[in-house]
Amino acid sequence: MRTGQQIIASGRYQTLNPWLEVEKIREDFPIFKEKIYGKPLVYLDNAATTQKPQSVIDATIHFYSRDNSNIHRGVHLLSQRATEAYEHARVKVQRFLNAAESREIIFVRSVTEAINLVAQTYGRKHVEAGDEVLISAMEHHSNIVPWQMLCEEKGAALRVIPINDDGELLLEEYEKLLNSQTRLVAVVHLSNALGTINPVKEIIEMAHQWKVPVLVDGAQAAAHLEVDVQDLDCDFYAFSGHKLYGPTGVGILYGKADLLDSLPPYQGGGDMIRSVTFEKTIYNVLPYKFEAGTPNVAGGIGLGVAIDYVNEIGLSNIAAYENELLSYATEQLCGIPRLRFIGTAHQKASVLSFVIEGVHAHDVGTILDQEGIAVRTGHHCAQPVMARFQVPATARASVAFYNTRDEIDVLVKAIHKVIEVFK
Amino acid sequence: MSYLDDLYQEIILDHSKKPRNFKELSDANHKADGYNPLCGDKVSVYLKLEDGFVEDISFMGSGCAISTASASLMTQTLKGKSLGEIETLFKNFHNLVTGKSSASTELGKLAVFHGVSQFPVRVKCATLVWHTLQAAIKSKPETVSTE
Ligand SMILES: Cc1ncc(COP(=O)(O)O)c(C=O)c1O
Repeated sequence: MRTGQQIIASGRYQTLNPWLEVEKIREDFPIFKEKIYGKPLVYLDNAATTQKPQSVIDATIHFYSRDNSNIHRGVHLLSQRATEAYEHARVKVQRFLNAAESREIIFVRSVTEAINLVAQTYGRKHVEAGDEVLISAMEHHSNIVPWQMLCEEKGAALRVIPINDDGELLLEEYEKLLNSQTRLVAVVHLSNALGTINPVKEIIEMAHQWKVPVLVDGAQAAAHLEVDVQDLDCDFYAFSGHKLYGPTGVGILYGKADLLDSLPPYQGGGDMIRSVTFEKTIYNVLPYKFEAGTPNVAGGIGLGVAIDYVNEIGLSNIAAYENELLSYATEQLCGIPRLRFIGTAHQKASVLSFVIEGVHAHDVGTILDQEGIAVRTGHHCAQPVMARFQVPATARASVAFYNTRDEIDVLVKAIHKVIEVFK
Repeated sequence: MSYLDDLYQEIILDHSKKPRNFKELSDANHKADGYNPLCGDKVSVYLKLEDGFVEDISFMGSGCAISTASASLMTQTLKGKSLGEIETLFKNFHNLVTGKSSASTELGKLAVFHGVSQFPVRVKCATLVWHTLQAAIKSKPETVSTE
């Protein structure tokens, strides 16, 4: 496993020093006025959820106070306005992912629901006894359990691509695992537990040689990396609004139109039908076929505004700035005695997972909290990753573009305090 | 003293680093496993009960400083106690860490856990071993959880 010193020495982090007016950006986020135990909030739990800019909050308020009504139903003006705003948000998502068509963008509740949707539609239709579903050893529980449930139901096998001690996928092993029984590959783009960026384009190319479709879990990636679903050639891509500076309760499933068209619906109900009689129901066209019932209209509109906000800064600027900040944080933390990083991949973004020898992550979290620092401690919904690295839990700092070097300094100081308490 | 100093008192740090009665008990007649799914803390309680009294008690597991120290101090306190006394102690301990009452004299060393009441999310760390003990007394064969 590589040490922090080696990570820096390898020169993987370029000092780009991109021009980002972080102080001004921070003013867009009202939460930074909050004091935590009288101290400024240092929010380093962005992998769990991100903070919301005022424009997103305003959009939600605007919807409920000016446009509120149900969509796709009424002829009245409010319903027209709501429908238009919601469908406009869909187009924003389409452009954000560079999807070919807006009907390939399905509004769901979250990544979790997106993956369950694919498991229940694609999985139910195509996975049979003796077949295999391939995931990786660094998946979030939401990209493990739906496949386990499916495999159990069908008598299929769940296969796992192993990772090395740095937390990188072993592509040679992956290649060996692909075979004529493989029905689907489901991998995370950017690992929430390790920070690893997976070579998804290569992974997809390899799967396609076996005519196996690939689902990419973009829960973390959407906020930190530029995503182009056509360039990746992925078959499904999922992300959650709340990790992209948008509201909770709204997420996106992208799927290739032909593939989605060939699948049975997910949930039955209103909006997903074209006509219903007691004898036969004709399903609606894409994307509505997969959107039964009244959706999170305000959430969808808010997500569109969050995408506007991110576009204004530019994901390439965001990625460059965050990369620089991550490199600074890595450098500062690696000098701390007894601290060990979990996840030292060559390609990383946003996430610094670490353990301190002799101190449980939970105690680290409590002490940092007293300093106003929000980090996540625990297994990060990735218990198999914890088992792989033989740790019960880690502390995880995850940065976003509104974080600063000063905040990293506060973190480092607080970690020294942890070590002081647990001498 | 700050809340933090109150939580991480010397005696708690000491017991978390050098837990007492930290072993399997070969002649235990009751055992239970506890698990806190939120933070992954695991504890197993081994208990030798004779005529309603704790003849011997030990624990194994992995967890944070609070849960380890709580288990260590609990096992120290309970040796020789009756089931009735244990019930009262747990009630008092629970009230202490949830801030419902201050330390009673019979709690003894366990009174150091009063600082936990300022940290609601850590209450489960302190009580996991006690819940597990209860399961051990009832000798439920399955894993208990604080949830
Ligand atoms: C990599 C990854 N996948 C999936 C999820 C699940 O996202 P959600 O809870 O929004 O469905 C998360 C959230 O933590 C994640 O980090």
